[in-house]
Amino acid sequence: MMRLFSAICRQHILLAWRGGHSGLAVAFLFIGVTLMPFGLGPELKTLRALAPGLLWVVLVIALMTSLDRLFQADFEDGSLDRLMLAPLPLELAVLAKLFGHYIALVVPLLLSVPLAGVLLNIAPDRLGALMLAMSVGSPALVLLGGIGAGLAVSVRRGGLLTVLLSLPFYVPVMIFGTAASRAAFDGSEADWARLGVLALISLASLCFAPIAIAAALRAALR
Amino acid sequence: MSRTQTSPAASLTFAASFFAEAFMPAHPSWRVSVDGLACRRGLRPVFENLEFSLESGQALALYGANGSGKTSLLRQLAELLPVETGNIATLPIAPMAPMGSMSSMRLMRHYLGHADGLKAALTINETLKFEAAMRDNQADLSGPPLPDLLPDLLSALGLAGRSDQAVGDLSAGQRRRLSLAALVLAPRPLWLLDEPLTALDTDGVALIETLAQAHLAAGGLIIAASHQPLAFATKELDMTHASGGNAS
Repeated sequence: MMRLFSAICRQHILLAWRGGHSGLAVAFLFIGVTLMPFGLGPELKTLRALAPGLLWVVLVIALMTSLDRLFQADFEDGSLDRLMLAPLPLELAVLAKLFGHYIALVVPLLLSVPLAGVLLNIAPDRLGALMLAMSVGSPALVLLGGIGAGLAVSVRRGGLLTVLLSLPFYVPVMIFGTAASRAAFDGSEADWARLGVLALISLASLCFAPIAIAAALRAALR
Repeated sequence: MSRTQTSPAASLTFAASFFAEAFMPAHPSWRVSVDGLACRRGLRPVFENLEFSLESGQALALYGANGSGKTSLLRQLAELLPVETGNIATLPIAPMAPMGSMSSMRLMRHYLGHADGLKAALTINETLKFEAAMRDNQADLSGPPLPDLLPDLLSALGLAGRSDQAVGDLSAGQRRRLSLAALVLAPRPLWLLDEPLTALDTDGVALIETLAQAHLAAGGLIIAASHQPLAFATKELDMTHASGGNAS
């Protein structure tokens, strides 16, 4: 069972990598961050004040562009049928794909945040809190986004629907994520209470999202 | 590494011995019976009151006009479509799968549909390794160790020496041949094949024939929908008569 879990995970990473999806998400993050100073003006103080929120927004949008690739291709090419008949509960197969998606897309995004932060005039020593908040919150982004992707899987060109369905799930993550990052930028201690809530959201979605996604996929195949 | 083939006939002889010896474990005797089965898509009845039974070593060919419900029946048998009216019974009951959320029946069948589930960006080798992981040692019936058999499997499928080629570069017939690998890599008694002959050349048709005969000889069951006659079929079912208002 673990062998199949890691095989599904590995396949997803390989396909995301070869399909250029990882690169696209990272490029999207940098394009967003690069364009910000042009829109907001080159005032360094303004940029630094806005940076945590901006980085969160850009991260979420970069991730959203990849959500429809979670299950759409598998649904269309028949892989999902095969997964339904695999010696692994669909919930775990879904979790394997989400895990692969996290490694293939979110990890490169998180790794590029420090560099993107430099573009927004964030001192590297302040980055810790932001990175911590993003690491704690990003699993929830993938897991909850997966629910949207699962629900929209049978819709042709369902990318827009996926994003719209995921949006309300993302609001709490954004609120607590930016709040936790901002507190650290004010120079105060890490905001453990908000990080705790963020971790709670991630853990709760780890428990419930695979079940919800599997149910959505089963319904889509009927 | 992989064997080179001299002639189609020689490669088929090799394929026959390969499938018979290497990959086909003897299945215990199985029985699938379908009773009063009906299917609707939306409000439209596709077929009604379908009845047949199949035992180990038998193959059922489903013929019928387009839209007569061949694919729907196969998907119902694979539990990909819900059964609302009627009954599909399988004996003996397959051993319970790990974790209760999954149907215990799933692990006894292969479903090979129109969409083959192959990923264009992967190489043949990667595809086969993934298919091999589909076999669960605990739940599936039996089977030999895999990695050393892959080159032989490739030449039996007529894809020798292509293990590093991307699936996207294969022709439709070669893709079909590759998708057959799933049948052998994870041994399961019941094969549900939807249009297995599509895109295959005469050699490929003979390959399926060989594969099917080896599977039946080992006590497996096959239910296949087709528009061409299937030589390995021991029973036939014409879906056109069972279908509802939409038969042409």
